[in-house]
Amino acid sequence: MNWGAIAAIYRFEMARFFRTMLQSFLSPVLSTSLYFVVFGTAIGSRIEQVEGIGYGGFIVPGLIMLSVITQSISNASFGIYFPKFIGTIYELLSAPVNFLEIVLGYVGAAATKALFVGTVILCTAALFVDFQIAHPLAMVAFLLLTCLSFALLGFIIGIWAGNFEQLQLVPLLIVTPLVFLGGSFYSITMLPPVWQTITLFNPVVYLISGFRWSFFDTADVPVGLSLLAIGGFTFLCLAVIWWIFRTGWRIRS
Amino acid sequence: MSAMLSIRDLRKTYEGGFQALKGVTLEIEQGEIIALLGPNGAGKTTLISTICGITTPTAGEVTVGGHDILRDFRAARGLIGLVPQEIALEPFERVLNTVRFSRGLFGHRRDEALIERILRRLSLWDKKDAQVKELSGGMKRRVLIAKALAHEPRVLFLDEPTAGVDVELRKDMWDIVAELKADGVTIILTTHYIEEAEAIADRIGVINRGELLLVEQTSALMSRLGKKQIEVQLSAAISAIPPTLARPGLSLAGEGDVLVFEYDTQAERIGLTGLLNAIAAAGLVLRDVNTRQSSLEEIFVDLVSEETP
Ligand SMILES: Nc1ncnc2c1ncn2[C@@H]1O[C@H](COP(=O)(O)OP(=O)(O)O)[C@@H](O)[C@H]1O
Ligand SMILES: [Mg+2]
Repeated sequence: MNWGAIAAIYRFEMARFFRTMLQSFLSPVLSTSLYFVVFGTAIGSRIEQVEGIGYGGFIVPGLIMLSVITQSISNASFGIYFPKFIGTIYELLSAPVNFLEIVLGYVGAAATKALFVGTVILCTAALFVDFQIAHPLAMVAFLLLTCLSFALLGFIIGIWAGNFEQLQLVPLLIVTPLVFLGGSFYSITMLPPVWQTITLFNPVVYLISGFRWSFFDTADVPVGLSLLAIGGFTFLCLAVIWWIFRTGWRIRS
Repeated sequence: MSAMLSIRDLRKTYEGGFQALKGVTLEIEQGEIIALLGPNGAGKTTLISTICGITTPTAGEVTVGGHDILRDFRAARGLIGLVPQEIALEPFERVLNTVRFSRGLFGHRRDEALIERILRRLSLWDKKDAQVKELSGGMKRRVLIAKALAHEPRVLFLDEPTAGVDVELRKDMWDIVAELKADGVTIILTTHYIEEAEAIADRIGVINRGELLLVEQTSALMSRLGKKQIEVQLSAAISAIPPTLARPGLSLAGEGDVLVFEYDTQAERIGLTGLLNAIAAAGLVLRDVNTRQSSLEEIFVDLVSEETP
């Protein structure tokens, strides 16, 4: 393993993040506060409790997931798309690094940034509502796995994308709806039975359910299934990336 | 001693079916400077990209320092520094950081002293904290060179390093190449400028349409260049050169009415006066005289146009 290369890529990517530190910090604080003002206050005054949990607290895990997922994807996809776009990818391709090292560098940095944003949201939320974390270790594990797996997905999107439009389109058209419909702001038990079944095909449901379980000890789907789903998803993304580098798809002519 | 870079029957067909390299074979010794000359689209960049891992070879074998570029890619690429033809740099990054990054990418320990030396040598030290986007085109090219040198490569590829740069940078580049050669670095550069190849290369290769047409010592090519011809048009054809005229380098051409004398401008005694006197003494009448010198440019154009149907 070329650990030096992984560290170099990671540091280089993080430098980009630190250049825009203020924005990276302020925007999640602002959007979280707005969510609490709108959802927590306006809707929360109508919906007292969901599954025995105050609505304000109930949406915290969903809020974090929503941001962490979009951040992971956009950071990782931009991170690898940009060198492709401006041509600096020549340096990666001609360096003594293999696919795993490139992925670890880029995905690691993207996941770190997402993790940072997730933490900022968690802390901001704590200012607005009271909530406990029932299984802190599981919470951290779910958060890490989510950052990692969606950063992997973002990496794939970044390699696939041929222009900036495509880079934004996939997260916008596919991921955002999946996250919103994945029970970020409600329990899927609140849906009509037909929709409950349909929802079970949404992979994000398993994530949010598992994540929420780590907070409140209640889940829409069994926790084991959540872990299996996210593990499977991570593995699938890794397999696709392995194939990309083997064949040079969209990176090596 | 085995070659530092060994290319055997390298072929590259791009996805659309275009054959950009049609079996290139070339051996380059350690510490050698070789210049690849060729028109646009000849396949120079493709050759370099294929060796460096940016494109995948369709067939053939390449070893760098004895390491196969595919099976043993880490060892092979670890020896290579690449300065690409197109300027590609992260615009918001600072000069020092981007050079450090290159060193790290090759798995080397940080070495601030080395990086300072490289930046100073390239007159970039006072720009080390500047963002890349603030630099002029020539400065950006220097950054690319600094990045390529940051991991102390043993083989350096320079793809048209002096295209569109000012005279100062070009001279500077030649000096740097000479210094690297003194350190035993093997250098492969592509260029459009024949005088550049002449000035710095040990050997010159001419490439066109994906084929290496010729590889020759620069000095051998230069001595060809040093040859001059004088053509003497006679007013009447003769059937053979009179014995009093016969001498090395003289031949009869045209329909027997042209005497061609080939001589070396660098020779001590050329014997032009003697020749002309002998022609007059033999009673031959001159109608016209002209001289011509084959330049490298001409050799190059000849080679390339032979190829073109
Ligand atoms: N990625 C590519 N896909 C298809 N054809 C290419 C690609 N890159 C280069 N070519 C073609 O290969 C030929 C050689 O190009 P190149 O190696 O860049 O030449 P040079 O560097 O000598 O100017 C050109 O005809 C070019 O159009
Ligand atoms: Mg070229």
